[in-house]
Amino acid sequence: MNASTVDPSRHRVSVGAWLGQALLYVLFAVFIGVFSHWPVYHPLPPGDALIKISFTHTGKPVGDCRPLTEEEKAKLPPQMRPKQICPRERSPVSIEVDINGRRVLQETAEPSGLKRDGASAVYRRVQVPAGEQKIAVRMKDDARAPGFTAQLEDTVTLKPNQVLVIDYNAEKGGITF
Amino acid sequence: MNAAAVLPAPVPRRAGAPAAPGRALAAWHALERGIDRWTGPALNPLHHLGSMAFLCFWTLAASGIYLYAVIDTSAAGAHASIERLAAWPWFYGGWLRSVHRYAADAFVLLMGLHALREWLHGRFRAHHRFSWLTGVPLIVFAFVCGIGGFWLNWDELGQYSALATAEWLDALPGLTTPLARNFLSLDTVGDRLFSLFVFVHLGVALLMTFGLWFHIQRLPRARVVPPQPLALGLLAMFVGLATVTPVVSGPAADMTRVPAALRLDWLLLFVHPMADALSGGLAWVVLGGALAGLLWLPFMPHRREDAPAARVDPDYCSGCRRCVDDCPYAAIGMVAHPSGKPGHELAVVDAERCARCGICAGACPSATPFRSVADLQSGIDMPQLPVNTLREQLRQRLQAAPAARSIVAFRCAHVPPPACLLAPDVVAIELLCVGQLPPAFVEYALRDGAAGVLVQACAPGHCAFRDGATLLHERLHGVREPRLRPTVPRERWAMVWSGARDADAIAPILDRWRGPQSARERTPSALELST
Repeated sequence: MNASTVDPSRHRVSVGAWLGQALLYVLFAVFIGVFSHWPVYHPLPPGDALIKISFTHTGKPVGDCRPLTEEEKAKLPPQMRPKQICPRERSPVSIEVDINGRRVLQETAEPSGLKRDGASAVYRRVQVPAGEQKIAVRMKDDARAPGFTAQLEDTVTLKPNQVLVIDYNAEKGGITF
Repeated sequence: MNAAAVLPAPVPRRAGAPAAPGRALAAWHALERGIDRWTGPALNPLHHLGSMAFLCFWTLAASGIYLYAVIDTSAAGAHASIERLAAWPWFYGGWLRSVHRYAADAFVLLMGLHALREWLHGRFRAHHRFSWLTGVPLIVFAFVCGIGGFWLNWDELGQYSALATAEWLDALPGLTTPLARNFLSLDTVGDRLFSLFVFVHLGVALLMTFGLWFHIQRLPRARVVPPQPLALGLLAMFVGLATVTPVVSGPAADMTRVPAALRLDWLLLFVHPMADALSGGLAWVVLGGALAGLLWLPFMPHRREDAPAARVDPDYCSGCRRCVDDCPYAAIGMVAHPSGKPGHELAVVDAERCARCGICAGACPSATPFRSVADLQSGIDMPQLPVNTLREQLRQRLQAAPAARSIVAFRCAHVPPPACLLAPDVVAIELLCVGQLPPAFVEYALRDGAAGVLVQACAPGHCAFRDGATLLHERLHGVREPRLRPTVPRERWAMVWSGARDADAIAPILDRWRGPQSARERTPSALELST
């Protein structure tokens, strides 16, 4: 005789117990079957489109480069003296987005990194009704320059559930839709 | 006879043992009793939630290994390969994938119910603390692994889930570049990113395997497979679900569109709509707060109980290890005996892990009441109810009993006594757990003149100390040491796995021992009638 033969949890399985089990499993299965598919979820309200404003961009240095002073040169060995030194810190990047004349985003992204010498990044979602949208984007990435350093205005027609990405890519000429 | 003469002294309880049930616990017990009526207590799924969750995990592992071997885990090929899978013969194609998904759904549901049941029973502090604290991270692992599984399909649901997860993570401070930028276009979702998806799904699954092993480390007899009928029922349920509502892929991921309507798996992906509705930051606060609350529960201030832990007497401990084998909470270890005798070991009790159940005392071979010493000492014992007290209580109460031949009832303190055990001719002795009873006490009671000996244990699945009733059952039936001697007349003792509502099962046994004459003559006491 082994332990299992005297453990009541291992035997005494009556027909009623099997039927009870079956009923419980049907209820459990219905619960799983229903809530693994239902209710249907709509990530966007019907008829809306989505504009994603996103970029990761390193702003211009906050100051001008300058030649080393004689005093600074004296502190460095001759082979390590650069012609000029530039500030590491980068300008914050500001962005404004107007849609159909209404301001939907105005944000300044600070440069990343302990020395503030990294890229600035923005990721924002704006839900708009599908259809024609007049979009104006302005960006400033140089603290020394007056006004915006890049801008783009365009009219786009968005379908329901369409995603439009507004990005910044210097190689593609700046702001892109 | 007054009540004090019938009722034994109350057994002190300690933290971790079921306290007076609150409303929620009472409701849970009502639900368990209701299901007990359908299935019988031994096969009540609510008593096997942990082991059923384990079976889901085994099912996930088996189906997942197969699926990983046959599907393409590249960004460009994943969706097409799973679509091809659905077209394969049903038994190893889409059907297996459906089983995989539904096992994941069942896993999180059973895990949630398991955690709820343990919480309701207060099993998160004292000797339960380790299992509770190692269980909380498993909740996180389960959802991370489950959500990551949707990404591997890379249909519009996977796309939505991956992007929603990235946006939710972006709500945390400290990220230099938004993770969501990885999903601006299909061009940015390359094989490297897909490798990360695979790592999340499989790597966290491996972490879960380790976490589950850790979770049951202090439960030597943890059940990682439910009883066969339950296991078959659960597997049949997966097959049935996969057949009736097979899981199908949506259209392939398309980053230029937001999916219009998603048949969301709310059991695994509820966090995405939650973050959409509350904002990512607030969703972190809510879920992080809930997890922090779960982790804080074991450290919550509470009234400490003074019941002492099991105590080892080096003079009587033979180092037999039976208490080590039987302790349900791995609270006993062995060290070299201070006597210095080569090979002689001594049991040591970790008071923090000790549940104060007395199962070790019931396992000790020196706890036999037949030893002819006035002061019965055993190798390991419970100071609040030592075997010597138990023997004295039995002797005195049998001598003082009004009936010529009394019936002795050893019963678990955690089960309210049915009215029939309050009869004047019943000497009811309450134990910390029936597992505390050295089997020789049954024979001892019979030799002391008892007409019969009844052991009233909790119903299967209801044992406050996991295995007390099972261990005693095995000892009484001679399959575990210390054994009840086979010469003890089988018709004069009985063990009943029951609750207070099962007087119908107990009363006929008592009447059989009373005999027809005694049963007719016995009139209920005032106490019985009022109970």
